[in-house]
Formats: sequence, structure tokens, C-alpha cells
Amino acid sequence: MNALRKHIHPGWLIIAPLLVMVMALYLGPILNILWLSVTDPEPGFGNYAKLGESDALIRILWTTVRICIITTVFSVTLGYSIAYAMMHCHQRQKNYMLTLLLVSFWISILVRTFSWLMLLGRRGLVNVALEDIGLIAEPIAFMRNELGVLIGMIHYMIPYAVLPLLVSMQAIDQRVMDASRNLGASGSQTFLRIYLPLTKPGLVASTLLVFILSLGFYVTPAVLGGGKVLMVAEYISVQLLVTLQWGTAAMLAALMLFGVLAMLWIMSRFMKLSTVFGGAAR
Amino acid sequence: MRGGLFSLFNRVGAWVLLLFLVTPALIAIPVSLTPKRFLSMPQGELSLRHFEKLFTSQEWLSSFFQSGVIAVSTSVLATTLGTLCAIGLWRVSSKYSELVRAFLLLPLIIPHIISAMAFYRLWIPLGLLDSYAGLILAHTILAAPMVLITVSASLATFDPKLEQASKNLGASNWTTMRRVILPSIKPGVFAGALFAFILSWDEIVVTLFISKFSVYTLPRRMWNGIRENTDPTVAAAAVVLIAITLIAFVIFAIQSRRNTNNTAS
Repeated sequence: MNALRKHIHPGWLIIAPLLVMVMALYLGPILNILWLSVTDPEPGFGNYAKLGESDALIRILWTTVRICIITTVFSVTLGYSIAYAMMHCHQRQKNYMLTLLLVSFWISILVRTFSWLMLLGRRGLVNVALEDIGLIAEPIAFMRNELGVLIGMIHYMIPYAVLPLLVSMQAIDQRVMDASRNLGASGSQTFLRIYLPLTKPGLVASTLLVFILSLGFYVTPAVLGGGKVLMVAEYISVQLLVTLQWGTAAMLAALMLFGVLAMLWIMSRFMKLSTVFGGAAR
Repeated sequence: MRGGLFSLFNRVGAWVLLLFLVTPALIAIPVSLTPKRFLSMPQGELSLRHFEKLFTSQEWLSSFFQSGVIAVSTSVLATTLGTLCAIGLWRVSSKYSELVRAFLLLPLIIPHIISAMAFYRLWIPLGLLDSYAGLILAHTILAAPMVLITVSASLATFDPKLEQASKNLGASNWTTMRRVILPSIKPGVFAGALFAFILSWDEIVVTLFISKFSVYTLPRRMWNGIRENTDPTVAAAAVVLIAITLIAFVIFAIQSRRNTNNTAS
């Protein structure tokens, strides 16, 4: 026992309970899913070959990637604007902004999805209001299409985009900007050539974080897409719970998993992961 | 001057965006007050009947209760395991411990649909499907990384010399942990417990896979209500959830302000 102690730090003793639990109950079945993707229904790469054969699968993947890209571009752009405004106003105003941001962060995803259902439906508040003031004659289709999914997703993702950006903007030395202005650069030159490049780590982290979260998003697309916009996450759940095809679902999950891990790896080269998630958790 | 104008424009835009983030949820309030039997905006008359139904319906009450039990158990379990693990990782601080830390954060970032698949896959042979234990274990694995993050953040500002001092003065490992380390990282532990509670209270994707009849959490019932899209009781439940969120938020804000005041003085 003492000999063991010399080689193994006693700290591992209290790490072990969580580590063992996650390994046994989480890593285990995930590896099993990766294994299933090449063995179910028969050994080989049949499930992956389906990608080349089935137009439906390609369409779902393309829809997912397209929606994720659009969501990410909008969320990060709008998030940048919020973070910038928060960094450049009085402390008091900043606190109010932070409160709004965090409250929206904390409101249940189901409550928010329900609200969008009430607002965006054919007889929803938005359509009724627009008809009442005479802007439109026919209700606009906000739901059961990509527009609805995008509205719901961007609304959900903006706070996630803001937090890593705030972290990286906080780290910027304001004197650099002053120096740039003193040397004769205009406001927009200073922003584009000094400020924007300095926030690059935050931009990369925020972009990848939003993209990763969008990739596996289930609730909003399933409700606001109304079966018309099929994304990978919903397709996986149908495969498992309705048609019971583990192989195809496992293959899609494996693709998603490797995609996410690759993006995490890129992200870790720009910003410490715990900073990104620490920001996200706060 | 142009910079100033741009800044002003951007600030107004940011406020509009922030209001856009919060206000849509408020529509649940008028809808919950409709006197009609179907989802609609109230016209003139208001009624509390859907709240009455929410608080007298056996189904909704049992969902509130079940979600409460699961979220509290998850929070306790995740906070205990997460805090111990964070302290262990902080003590070891080697190349391997950082690797383990990164690995333990994965359940937080891996899409929940994949986690749901994994738990579903394993819970079938273990007989944990549709049981309290199954949901609590799954939620604990998803929530522990949150605790790990918040506690590690607190530990980063803790002076390791205090631990040595305590040991030099003859305190055992256990006493040092209880009387020296834990009190100094209390804010992190508290925040982690709250986040773990919220995560479990609000979790739907994994729950959809591993619960069926006997365990029917609040998000699960709301999900059903949203999919059926007729019964205004869902709106009443949404209002209650918003209220709980706001209360939790206020407690959190007061607590963290107290902590910053403490460290400042």
C-alpha cells in the first residue's frame, strides 16, 4: 500500500468515484454505439455506405449543416454587437444588460419553444398584429419551415455566443486602442485592424461553441420545424424510438461525435476550454 | 465623432436584441389567463382556471413532485462527486489530471441526443429505464461537469499554503477538507449545486429516451402539451416555470453579491 502511494497521488482517490462512474455509465455505451455503427445490422461499413446511396440522408445532413451555419453566423454577429455594447458602457448599464442576458439564458428551453409556438403560429400574435395594422393580407408562414427553426435557434444561441466574446473582450488592454487613435487611425480603422483581430480567440470559441450546440439541437427544430424540417438529432430519435434501426442512428451519432471532437480540438488551440465553458456556465 | 455615433447606434441595437431575448417568453402570461378551453389570447375577460387546473391536476402535481425529487437528488449527487473530483484534480495537478479534467467535461459538450442514445443503450440491459435511479444517474453525469467547473474556478483562488498550515498544525486530511478547504470554496460549490439542479429540472432530450410511464417529469409533460398544442394548462405551467427561474436567479444574484462583498472586505 505504501509502495503504491509513492507512485499514485492520494488525490486520485477522490477523483475516482466520478471518473469511474463516467467511464462505466457514459464512455462505455458511447464506445458501444461507435462499435454498433460498424456491426449493426451486419459487420462492415454498410451504414456509412448508405451516405452515398441514400438521397434522404444526404438531404438531412445538408439541412442540418445549413441551418447550423446560418444560426452560427447570425448568433455570433448579433452576440458580438451585444458584447461590444456591454464592454463600452457604464458599469450600471452593463449590469442591467448582463441581468437580461442571464435571465434569458436561464429560462427553460421548453417555455421558450412554447412561446414561439404562440407567437409564430398561423393565428399567432405576430401574424394577427401584422394583419391588424394592415401590413399583410395573408398570414406569413413562420412555422413548419426553416424560418421558424432559425428564429427559435438563433434566439436560444445568442447568449452562448456572447459569453466567450465577453471573456476575450475583457482581456483587451484599452490603451492599445488609444495608441492607435493617437497615431492617426480612424475609429473604423482602429476597430477593424486592432480590436477585431484582438478578439479573434473569443470569436473562434463563440463560433465553434454555437455550431456544436446547434448541431445536436433537438427541441426547437422538432417543434418549430413541425416535421417539415428534419435535422440529424430528430432523425436519430426517430430511428431509435420508431423504426428501431440502431445501425443508421449509430452511424449518424458517430459522424456527429467526431465532428464535435474535431471542433473542440480546434477550439482548445484558441482558448482554454474551461474558460469557454466556465463563461457559459456563469 | 463617427466612432461615438456608431457606438450609440450599436448600444441601442444591443438593447433591442436583449429585449428580444427576454420578452417572447412573457407571452405565456396572457395565454395562461385565457378563459377559453383552448390556447388563445384572452379578449377582455381573464380567468385563473388554468392555474387552478394545474394545481389540482394529479398528473401535473406528480410531475412537479417527480421533477423536484430528481433535480434535488441530482444536485446533491453531482455536487458531492464533482466537488471531491475537483479537489482531487487540483491536488494532483499533473499532465494526467488535466487530461482527466478534459475528459470529464465531455458530457457537457457532447450533444445531448448522443448522450441520450448512450444512456438508452445501457439502461435497457441494466433495467434502469423509466426509473428514478436511471434518470438521477443520467442527469448526474450530465451535471457533474458544471460542478467541476465552478468548484475548480473557486479553487484557483484558494491559497494552497492554508492547506499545508492546517496539516502542520496537526489536522487530519478529513478535518482540513471540512474546516479549511470547503469553507473557502463554498461559492463555487453553491453555484455548482444550483446549476446542477437547473440542468436536471429542465432536461428533456435524455428524459424523452429513458422515461416512459412511471416517471413523467415536468419537462416531459410540457413537451407533450406543446406537441398536442391545445391545452392552456401548459401556458400556466410555463408561467410557474418563469417565476421559479426568476426566484432562483434573484437568490443566485444575492448570494454571489454577498460572496464578492466578503472577499472584498
